[in-house]
Amino acid sequence: MVGNVITLTTDNFDETIGAATTPVLVDFWAEWCGPCKQIDPIIREIATEKAGVLTVAKLNVDDHGDIARRFQVMSIPTMIVFKNGEAVDRLVGARGKMALLGDLAKHV
Amino acid sequence: MAAHPHRTVIVIGSGPAGLTAAVYAARAALAPLVIEGEPSSTSDQPGGQLMLTTEVENFPGFPDGVQGPELMQRMRDQAARFGAEFLTEKATKIDFSSHPHRVWVRDDEYTADAVIVSTGARSLMLGLPDEARLIGHGVSTCATCDGFFFRGQEIAVVGGGDSAIEEASFLTKFATKVTIIHRRDKFRASKIMQQRAFDNPKIAVRWNSQVTRLVGTDKLAAIEVTDTQNGTTQTLAVGGLFVAIGHKPNTDLFAGALDMDDTGYLVTQPGSSRTNVAGVFACGDVQDHTYRQAITAAGSGCMAAIDAERWLEHRHATAAK
Repeated sequence: MVGNVITLTTDNFDETIGAATTPVLVDFWAEWCGPCKQIDPIIREIATEKAGVLTVAKLNVDDHGDIARRFQVMSIPTMIVFKNGEAVDRLVGARGKMALLGDLAKHV
Repeated sequence: MAAHPHRTVIVIGSGPAGLTAAVYAARAALAPLVIEGEPSSTSDQPGGQLMLTTEVENFPGFPDGVQGPELMQRMRDQAARFGAEFLTEKATKIDFSSHPHRVWVRDDEYTADAVIVSTGARSLMLGLPDEARLIGHGVSTCATCDGFFFRGQEIAVVGGGDSAIEEASFLTKFATKVTIIHRRDKFRASKIMQQRAFDNPKIAVRWNSQVTRLVGTDKLAAIEVTDTQNGTTQTLAVGGLFVAIGHKPNTDLFAGALDMDDTGYLVTQPGSSRTNVAGVFACGDVQDHTYRQAITAAGSGCMAAIDAERWLEHRHATAAK
């Protein structure tokens, strides 16, 4: 199943985060970041498995640097968990699927 | 606990050594299982240390250079083409005390006649207070991942080897000034890399210096640099600090099972990839603290696959008598 990962942009970021009825995991990434590419399939699997309880989104820091700066992202991949529009947790650095699910367990 | 079908060959690790071993073992119809590791932002990850580099200029066959991650993807594809299988997880426990050899991934047990160990080495950190807290907030071990965020800032790189110089050169694309902090009075890096640093007007070098303190609450603001000759300290305002001070072999998994030297590198019999345990072979940086190049790792991976193949044949022939 493809297509359940939302692509965030400067234009839809606040609206998407604000309107979400579940926690939102936002993956800050870029094309030139090796570890970002390695976790991409994991992020997509989690999006499918957690559909309905977790919203998964990606933000390209090259294209939307203003959002990355707003959340002081200084290293990628950084994953930020939003609840009710607020950033509640920040995961810096790539990790395996089990580790990521473990980090997300307290939010979903 | 799940058991899995018995394997002829298991390869642990997936840098140039492990993937070359997998290519050779797969072409020898040994259907290797490669336990390739888990994604991570350190050099201990699938694809190994080259996943964190940019341009590789000294791998034969690529006259125009090749991106590190692309080279690793090609090696992986090449192994997969001949039937290697991949498990994107970390080996968590081993038992080489009896045959078949056993390797666990969490609670799942895998058995194999021969095991090729190619777990490589990972980056050393400075070991300073606040270092762990500031990783991702100005302190980085991956210039290619994080350099972009330091556009227009002054930053520092710690180290004196090829990777330190490569990172410093790369970071001048973003930073206004890069200071290399090195504890000796000359670099270990190759001549061509050194010249590149000396020729770059954005790179400054502080010889005989060590980073002794990190300053910053939410993010790194400055570093304290101590002169190793006279002990004087100076504060350098930098927004980023990139650590490239060397490596440590990933051998914790094999403590007590395989012979290691004083610094934790696996010991292989001269001129071969054989460890002290029959049927266990080691290749790449996990057993090499001298050369540590992608091409030497790949070469030793080839040796390990051939050694394993011959060992398996010999064992089979002996068993048939």
